[in-house]
Amino acid sequence: MTPIAPSSIAPVMTDATFALCLVLLLLAPLAIAGVALINTGLGRSRSAAQSLLGNLAIVAVTAIVFALVGATLAGAALTGNPLGTLGSAGHTFHLAGKPWNWLGAGPLLLRGLGSAPLQSQLALLFEFLAVALAALIPWGSGADRWRLSAGCAASAVLAATVFPLLAHWVWAGGWLSQLGVNFSLGQGFLDPGGAATVHVLGGLSALAVVWIAGSRKGKFPKEGLSTALPGHNAVYALFGCLLALVGWLAFNVAGAILWLRAPLAALPVTALNTLLSASGALAATFAVTRIRFGKPDASLCANGWLAGLVASSAAAGIVSPIQALFIGLIAGIATPLLVELLELAVSIDDPSGAISIHAVAGLWGLLAVGIFASQPGQLIAQLVGIAALLGVILPLVYLLFWLLNRAVPFRVDPDGERIGMDLHELGGGAYPEFVIHRDDSYR
Amino acid sequence: MKYAGLLVMPAGFFLTVAALVLFPDPAPRAAFVLCGLAVEALGLAVAVRGHMEARGESRP
Repeated sequence: MTPIAPSSIAPVMTDATFALCLVLLLLAPLAIAGVALINTGLGRSRSAAQSLLGNLAIVAVTAIVFALVGATLAGAALTGNPLGTLGSAGHTFHLAGKPWNWLGAGPLLLRGLGSAPLQSQLALLFEFLAVALAALIPWGSGADRWRLSAGCAASAVLAATVFPLLAHWVWAGGWLSQLGVNFSLGQGFLDPGGAATVHVLGGLSALAVVWIAGSRKGKFPKEGLSTALPGHNAVYALFGCLLALVGWLAFNVAGAILWLRAPLAALPVTALNTLLSASGALAATFAVTRIRFGKPDASLCANGWLAGLVASSAAAGIVSPIQALFIGLIAGIATPLLVELLELAVSIDDPSGAISIHAVAGLWGLLAVGIFASQPGQLIAQLVGIAALLGVILPLVYLLFWLLNRAVPFRVDPDGERIGMDLHELGGGAYPEFVIHRDDSYR
Repeated sequence: MKYAGLLVMPAGFFLTVAALVLFPDPAPRAAFVLCGLAVEALGLAVAVRGHMEARGESRP
């Protein structure tokens, strides 16, 4: 099957396409719900209410901050020409005779939203949902020790600064999306489903949070291997995966409409690729954990499924179904091995596995687009985008979070960690009718 | 050590940008982009190593 190449000329969005895209974006919050359930299920029972409330608070904070600040800097959308590669308003400098559009200059406070073109409004809605999902990802990695106020503050920082910057580069005519026009690198950096802007950003933010907040008490004892602190509810995590599938289908198909300008005939393939990538990843993780531990591991299988979805975010609208299956298989093989490697060899305490799932699988999906795309130079465009993520976004996020940690300490005090985040921060547990067993590591 | 690694990573990014500007031919451009990514990988490895050392010192 011929990969779907993005068109360089934006057709006018028909009413049917608009209606379809709107419905898809109304389903996309199921991805947020799924990730929220996974974050909560993979944390501990004594922090479950704080975790789920945190997910909700983060969605609210990112929506408010993105409306007040982020949408302007993203340059989205309301300037009349939101559709990526054609360019939109932004701050530009010239280097070597080429324009480098590096920051958006959209209208303040969503002015003109009601009279903006339909696709501009949809693009803005897509970005609102994307920033919420991106900010949720590090919350799971900081589970059981990241304070709610600090999590909300970090989400505000992401929604106000880093996400808009990256979204402008990738989706709103920024320099990454213009690599094809300015340097003849394929179609420019392609990321229709948010693998870079949502997942790699979220995964790298998770790494920064883990580095700054440190590991949970008792996770890495002085002697011996790390202590297993399993998630408290595999049902939450696995049901979250099913919810996430619906949300991902919506994100990927809506992204193909908005950022690739895919015709209606190409959308079923995009949805199928999403499903195949996740399925391949689950099958691979199931097999790897079966071979590795003798039985399949439920939480790692959830991680594998999610990694397949993440990898599909970049590639689903571009590759063929068999290629999507292959992309998922690789993501599914790598994820359980990486989760183990990060914990045992690198001493990174990441309860939700977000670094392996979102950062690494997202990078793999972006690379796979370059490998399988038919346009010459596409691989280099994807590599330049990956270089921007690792060379600019990770240091920037770490710097911002490091500064934020000085003002709003990320880590809860030792007593709070001992009694659990629910009692410490909320005054009550998530499961008041059940006895929460004592933690041996605090005897 | 972690900070040193994180400071090296933008250097790799600037190498990739320089490759775009300086080399119109695909082969040297690709080579320099890969070199930039290699520098970033080196910086990330140093940062991770710094994290591991810090963890080793602070274990209870």
